[in-house]
Amino acid sequence: MRELSYAEAKVEALYEMMQADERVTLIGNFFLGLSPKRTLLARLREQFPSRIFDLPISEAGFCGLATGAAMAGLRPIVDVQTASFIFQAFPQVANEAANACYMSGGQVHAPVIFHILHGVRGGGASQHSHSPQAMLWNAPGLEIVLPSSPRDVKGLLKAAAARDNPVVFVDHAKLFEVKGPVPEKDEIIPFGQADIKRPGRDVTLVATSLMVQRALKASEELAGKGIDVEVVDPRTLVPLDKKSILDSVAKTGRLVIADECHRSCGVAAELAAMVAEEGFVYLKAPIKRVATLDVPIPFSRPLEAFVEVTEEKIVEAVLALMR
Amino acid sequence: MVPDVSREKILVLFRTMLTIRRFEEALIKLTKSGVSVGHFHVYIGQECTGAPTLSLYEPGDTVVSTHRNHGHLLARGADPGRLMAEILGRATGYNKGKGGTLHVTVRELGFLSSSGIVGESLPLATGAAFAAKQKKTGCVSFCFFGDGALEEGVSYESMNLAALWSLPVIYLCENNSEEALATSAGEYPGSTIAIPELTTLAKTFNIPAVAVDGADVGEVYRAVREAVGRARAGQGPSFIEAKTVRSPVTRFLWPDLVAGEMNLEWAWSRETIPHAYKEWHESQDGLLRFTRELLQACLMTPDTLLQMDRDVRAEMEKAVEYAQESPYPDPQSALDDVFV
Repeated sequence: MRELSYAEAKVEALYEMMQADERVTLIGNFFLGLSPKRTLLARLREQFPSRIFDLPISEAGFCGLATGAAMAGLRPIVDVQTASFIFQAFPQVANEAANACYMSGGQVHAPVIFHILHGVRGGGASQHSHSPQAMLWNAPGLEIVLPSSPRDVKGLLKAAAARDNPVVFVDHAKLFEVKGPVPEKDEIIPFGQADIKRPGRDVTLVATSLMVQRALKASEELAGKGIDVEVVDPRTLVPLDKKSILDSVAKTGRLVIADECHRSCGVAAELAAMVAEEGFVYLKAPIKRVATLDVPIPFSRPLEAFVEVTEEKIVEAVLALMR
Repeated sequence: MVPDVSREKILVLFRTMLTIRRFEEALIKLTKSGVSVGHFHVYIGQECTGAPTLSLYEPGDTVVSTHRNHGHLLARGADPGRLMAEILGRATGYNKGKGGTLHVTVRELGFLSSSGIVGESLPLATGAAFAAKQKKTGCVSFCFFGDGALEEGVSYESMNLAALWSLPVIYLCENNSEEALATSAGEYPGSTIAIPELTTLAKTFNIPAVAVDGADVGEVYRAVREAVGRARAGQGPSFIEAKTVRSPVTRFLWPDLVAGEMNLEWAWSRETIPHAYKEWHESQDGLLRFTRELLQACLMTPDTLLQMDRDVRAEMEKAVEYAQESPYPDPQSALDDVFV
């Protein structure tokens, strides 16, 4: 299979989506942030100039506009850019898009995709490093996707295009350079289907987004110490593939969760609660969370490293569980 | 135009502006040498706005700034060494390394916030003005923001409140989008607002509003002095749009000294101005314009100017040295300061 960078796979998906469906409209176009790879987007601009829009700095305005346009028949993909900026549009995302279908008794659909770049990107400090997926998970009505590989970003974006619900597409700028196999043929990765990124017997390591990459590296190191880790990537939080997670825990009897949200009420907290409720009988040891410490993200590098989820912290958590 | 204040004050003003320029040039050189400070924004080309504005600061007044805060901090009297230390994430920085370039804050200088979120300075500064009014301090709130902030709805909500409640706030819109190109041209985008004259926005709320040449120290000073006078007299908010032409240094996604460091001699021997961005240095750089005005008014000579420049550069070298020699914070300190 051919190899693509994550950024290339993502742009390829956007291109194919725009080609396949003229309702797909790009509201904003910084899908690769400030990465040098952003020049890849020029191809979209050239091909679809009338369906790509530059935006004023008006998150509330353009997220609301996209939601309304989706209700009225377009399929907008909104680039909110840095995930922290979605706070500027919370009324539109959490109170309008998320509720539209339910409070209309199923009459109104808002198939809008909100694209955000989450997490610690390095030197972003407290206002540009958020991982708001757990907060968004608390707004029923939003589907939440977190790709972690070139193949997944392409397949999940294409799946998102076919959903009739609002989708938050949670991406990470530190993934753009990751290379991996991507099939030539059109592949749609269905929502609600976790992926076993690495099979193993001893411990289940559930990880999301960039943390999947760190979990895989940690697993290699742990393999050297004789510990066989199974890495499970849920890929979508809503809908959540509980079965794959529980099946893995049934096999290994141990669970570590690595996720970049803050520890309290984060993604790891919800996954831990789910397994504690539904898979308690499989557990040979307490569940462990490796999550961002409960402080705003600091600027200085040693402070940032202290609070973020690292490969070393994942290794340490697994070792502690195996002792 | 030279402001109508004492020679002493004018020289302080000039030195402040020169300090801002040399500080940020030093910062850009550091980043080019491989020092990483995250994505940062510089004030070069806008010194003529922040420096005269904050020369009207009185004890008890407050300042709220944005991601483009270095110039405001230096104009408010922040120590260049501690400012640089914060930008480099050191323990001796004003925020103990927690804020970095985007969020430098100096409470003891009345500097309440540098928000990295576009538009947020307006509600915060409006709140500071509300506090001043409630407490009857007679103090004013200086609110800095760029033209892009007027794309955010919260800006209008804030101006409405300030007008309704007659709050002592000076909205200083630093419009640096003149001649800015778009992202499609590979440059940092300018603002995109359908209304051609930004002052009409404030006038809609009955807020006195004026547009000035942001590269003209005297013009900025006069407009801000009037606004501050109204605010201190209980006559409510004012809006000033200071227009500047985007400096070559800030045209791209990452600040870069595309025409090299500014040379003060460009002020009096125009033939030495490099070809690249010649027009900007000839007529649009407020600092060079002010330099020419000081020479014309016989307030300075080329020699005294160059001497001051050497002093300022030496001070900036010391600031960089102080910052680079400062220790990084103890990693454990990441857990402090979440709450008081």
